[in-house]
Amino acid sequence: MDYFPLNWGKPRATGDEHNWLATPGMAGAHARRADMSPTCYAPAGPTSHTSSPIVTGTSVVALKYKDGIMMATDCLASYGSLARFRDVERMVPVGNSTVVGASGDISDFQYIQHQLKDLEIDEYETPDGHHLGPENVFGYLHRVMYARRSKMDFLWNTLVVGGLQDGKKYLGCVDMRGVTYSASTIATGYGAYIAQPLLRKAVEGREDTLPEEEARKLLNKVMQVLFYRDARSLNKIQVTTVNASGVHISEPYSLPTEWGFAENIRGYGAAQN
Amino acid sequence: MVRSRCCTNSPSSFRNQYDNDISTFSPHGRLHQIEYALEAVKQGSACVGIKSDRFVVLVALQRQGGELASYQKKVVKLDGHMGISFAGLTSDARVLSNYLRSECMRHKMTFSRPLPTYRASHRYGSRPYGVGFLIAGHDAAGPHLYEFSPAGNCLDYVAHAIGSRAQSARTYLEKHVAEFATSSVADLIRHGLGALRETMPSDKDLTVENVAIAVVGVTENPSDEATIAAFPHMRKEDGFVAFHALSREEVDRHLKAHQQTAGTGAAAAGGDAPAAAAGEAMDTSE
Repeated sequence: MDYFPLNWGKPRATGDEHNWLATPGMAGAHARRADMSPTCYAPAGPTSHTSSPIVTGTSVVALKYKDGIMMATDCLASYGSLARFRDVERMVPVGNSTVVGASGDISDFQYIQHQLKDLEIDEYETPDGHHLGPENVFGYLHRVMYARRSKMDFLWNTLVVGGLQDGKKYLGCVDMRGVTYSASTIATGYGAYIAQPLLRKAVEGREDTLPEEEARKLLNKVMQVLFYRDARSLNKIQVTTVNASGVHISEPYSLPTEWGFAENIRGYGAAQN
Repeated sequence: MVRSRCCTNSPSSFRNQYDNDISTFSPHGRLHQIEYALEAVKQGSACVGIKSDRFVVLVALQRQGGELASYQKKVVKLDGHMGISFAGLTSDARVLSNYLRSECMRHKMTFSRPLPTYRASHRYGSRPYGVGFLIAGHDAAGPHLYEFSPAGNCLDYVAHAIGSRAQSARTYLEKHVAEFATSSVADLIRHGLGALRETMPSDKDLTVENVAIAVVGVTENPSDEATIAAFPHMRKEDGFVAFHALSREEVDRHLKAHQQTAGTGAAAAGGDAPAAAAGEAMDTSE
């Protein structure tokens, strides 16, 4: 069958009915529109925009510590209220000194990952001794997000970019409207309300002295709190560390949680209270 | 339509048949339109570029379009860290510099970093541009000197000269190439003037009117007093000297220094050919 809804009902050249691989823009070979729609993956037919996110990721949290930056995300992609995909990696390395984490629509993030890959390839192809650092990647993503918002065709994400730019720690955040923000602690989604106060209290003023172990403990605690309070989160998380030796994204691991207190609450516990 | 073939299959006779279009190869595998564009570069007055470990220097000859006219500006700043000198059609140079300026700005806005020198690339219109550039830039990977030719080639150089009689300048540069890497800015300029002098007829000379000098790079000791005095444009935090054309007074100072060393004919410093040999080189290449 033709999986492209926008092709249903469209006239097709005879003999082409079984060519399910044909991309919609080229399907009607005779009808080639000169003005392509805004996004490269959309067909050259009616324009399509992401008007609401479908498969989504929740908070991203990040902080600066003594040797660099650390970022954490959970491994969940929710389909509305359904915890649909539970092994999703919402952080990607770019080059060897930057990591980009995303909350929001996962398909839009996959498109962004594709763009970042192209950037990496271009940078690799040009043998002039230059490397993309977090500030460069952040500048690029800012321009992309703002350009899309100006076309009213948003990439429904809040992106967190972190890393070391010429040895200096950098953390930045850009949202679907192209609004940017840079600080020593960043948190998106629910994290902005619940995690940010915890992060700020522990990190602000101590960016250059906070040891790695303490930073890791803090992130674990923050992700645990988010799992308790954010109904669209998971306790399976990944933590990324970016320091002088590069970008290290951990394997996913589970956080321990304690639900025993619910026993004593009427309506929640097994015992009849 | 039958074309009249006037004579034998000698290379010169192919020119007229295969040179009407940029995209037509000659039987000898040549694109004559590009070669003609290269000729346009050779008609322009010379410019010289030399780089050391820290700086790039451009020295250019400014032609005067007649006694009553002004001298043609030959040095164009593209961005804080990059600039060019050119030889060839001035109007094409203007079009390309505007394009390169907007490329520099676009890259800086998107990636929050100055355009790496190597990536300033040619643009093609309906014909090749009849101008060659020497691009001088300094970025995170150090100082760079590139030549852009109408052929679309971008070549990396330690020292180079393009334009009218540039071969004589290149001969001078080849003779002194071992000195450039560790030369001071003043010495680079002195060599640039020496090389440029080679391209002039013996009855003309370098003056403060017909010479343009530009400099970009990073100083070694930005806190040193002598350095601060020598480079008023220098950024004190890191010693970065933005691309800029030297003022009239500075050009004058360098010219006088050059005339002194050239005049005494000191072997080490002013080893470049004195007027006689230079004159000889001039006359044969007309």
